[in-house]
Amino acid sequence: MRVTIEEDKCCGAGQCVLAAPTVFDQREEDGIVILLDETPPDDKLAEVRQAIRLCPALAIKVEV
Amino acid sequence: MRRVVIVGASAAGLAAAETLRAEGFGGTITLVGEERHAPYDRPPLSKQLMSGAWEAGRLALRDQAALDALGAEWRLGVRAVSLDVAARRVTLENNDGLDFDGLILATGVRPRRLPGRMPAGVHVLRGLDDALAIRDALAAKPRVAVIGSGVLGTEFAATARGLGCEVTLVGQAALPMARQFGARIGEMIAQRHREAGVALLPSTQVLRIEGADHVTGLRLPGGRILPAELVLVAIGSVPTTGWLAGSGLDLADGVVCDAFCQAAPGIYAAGDLASWWHEGYGRRLRIEHRMNASEQGAAAARNLLGAREAFRPIPFLWSDQFDVKLQSYGLFPPGGEIEIEPDAAAPGRFVALCRVEGRLVGALGWNAVRALRQARQRLAGALMADA
Ligand SMILES: Cc1cc2nc3c(=O)[nH]c(=O)nc-3n(C[C@H](O)[C@H](O)[C@H](O)COP(=O)(O)OP(=O)(O)OC[C@H]3O[C@@H](n4cnc5c(N)ncnc54)[C@H](O)[C@@H]3O)c2cc1C
Ligand code: SF4
Repeated sequence: MRVTIEEDKCCGAGQCVLAAPTVFDQREEDGIVILLDETPPDDKLAEVRQAIRLCPALAIKVEV
Repeated sequence: MRRVVIVGASAAGLAAAETLRAEGFGGTITLVGEERHAPYDRPPLSKQLMSGAWEAGRLALRDQAALDALGAEWRLGVRAVSLDVAARRVTLENNDGLDFDGLILATGVRPRRLPGRMPAGVHVLRGLDDALAIRDALAAKPRVAVIGSGVLGTEFAATARGLGCEVTLVGQAALPMARQFGARIGEMIAQRHREAGVALLPSTQVLRIEGADHVTGLRLPGGRILPAELVLVAIGSVPTTGWLAGSGLDLADGVVCDAFCQAAPGIYAAGDLASWWHEGYGRRLRIEHRMNASEQGAAAARNLLGAREAFRPIPFLWSDQFDVKLQSYGLFPPGGEIEIEPDAAAPGRFVALCRVEGRLVGALGWNAVRALRQARQRLAGALMADA
């Protein structure tokens, strides 16, 4: 899968990090999402989907 | 179950529809929404949309392709006017009847208004149309008076000030947002607003709105008039339950649900509208925040499909004011003890913890994203330990 983020939409809610800690992190200054892994292994798909569902800013997309 | 009706086509309703499909529900889904807009996000209304950083199109919760992929029937621009629980039918204002096997109620809240007719220039802020009207009016740099110093009023004051308007924040409370976060945090928020040039009028009761056709100001005690050409009334909200009167549902505080977000057999509620029994906190909650709308919409949908999972989230909210990003997890009940943990490495950032009888119940981050996330794990632990 391929994960993409839109930094300028992100509001720093951090739900992505809680849902998929190996895929996402946040900048300390403003909480904006950092993509740790653009192509996570397939067993992370459920976590990434959960992050997409919870992200209030709709800043995350995945292509499978 | 073949037919699910969802009333309220916003964050909670959309999450419910998406979850039904994600869980494999293949029947019909009908979404009814009073607003003519496809589902959009409200938090930016007082932030990026109001400041002019974003155009309205960016608020769409999903693009058209994603909405189409849901395979739902959309009834937008039409209000539901009644619910017959026994006959399992929702009636719309155009007299259409929608029969259902499962129902999810997600009609949110409406702004509380001041009594009487208001002159032009007096606004409330809940929907996109409200926000666009206010944004247009702010372009003329009116003097702004905000009535109500809760989260919405305080945040709007910051945004209007950021646009260069003269802003006065009038609150009945002694400190802004103190009801949410207590006096210590309220004092810091007040301080940040004063530094930015917002005039604060705490502990003040507005006696009346002045102006015949257009507002000219607020009448305050002692014969004082606060001049203003734009007034935002942000004095809280009321759950949109009027259309459910007579349905037999318990409407004591929004739609009253059990721990599974169920209001009656086959009927669930979610989002700002729903109060439910939170097993982790051992009390009833009704939460008017964005994250909860999505989480509860999803939980209600799963339970409608038979999951029987108690809904026990860690409440989350955020607010952006000037250069301060506030985020909080959990609850800050009155009488809670606040302890501030400054970030030694970074002045001006901190996490505030709230305890009741020694038990951690809430955590707030002031420009402290990462530290707050650690605090959240402790909070989650405290919540589980008690279940
Ligand atoms: C300006 C503003 C800023 C905010 N900022 C933040 C923030 O920074 N952080 C945060 O956590 N939360 C914030 N919130 C709160 C957040 O937006 C709400 O919690 C969230 O929108 C609730 O979603 P909901 O789906 O439950 O209800 P709503 O979004 O209120 O949606 C309810 C929908 O139901 C429709 N409806 C009502 N009655 C009927 C009827 N009879 N028939 C058909 N349709 C009906 C309404 O028109 C509406 O579209 C903000 C809210 C506002 C207004
Ligand atoms: S959940 Fe969304 S908004 Fe929050 S940090 Fe992650 S990407 Fe940003």
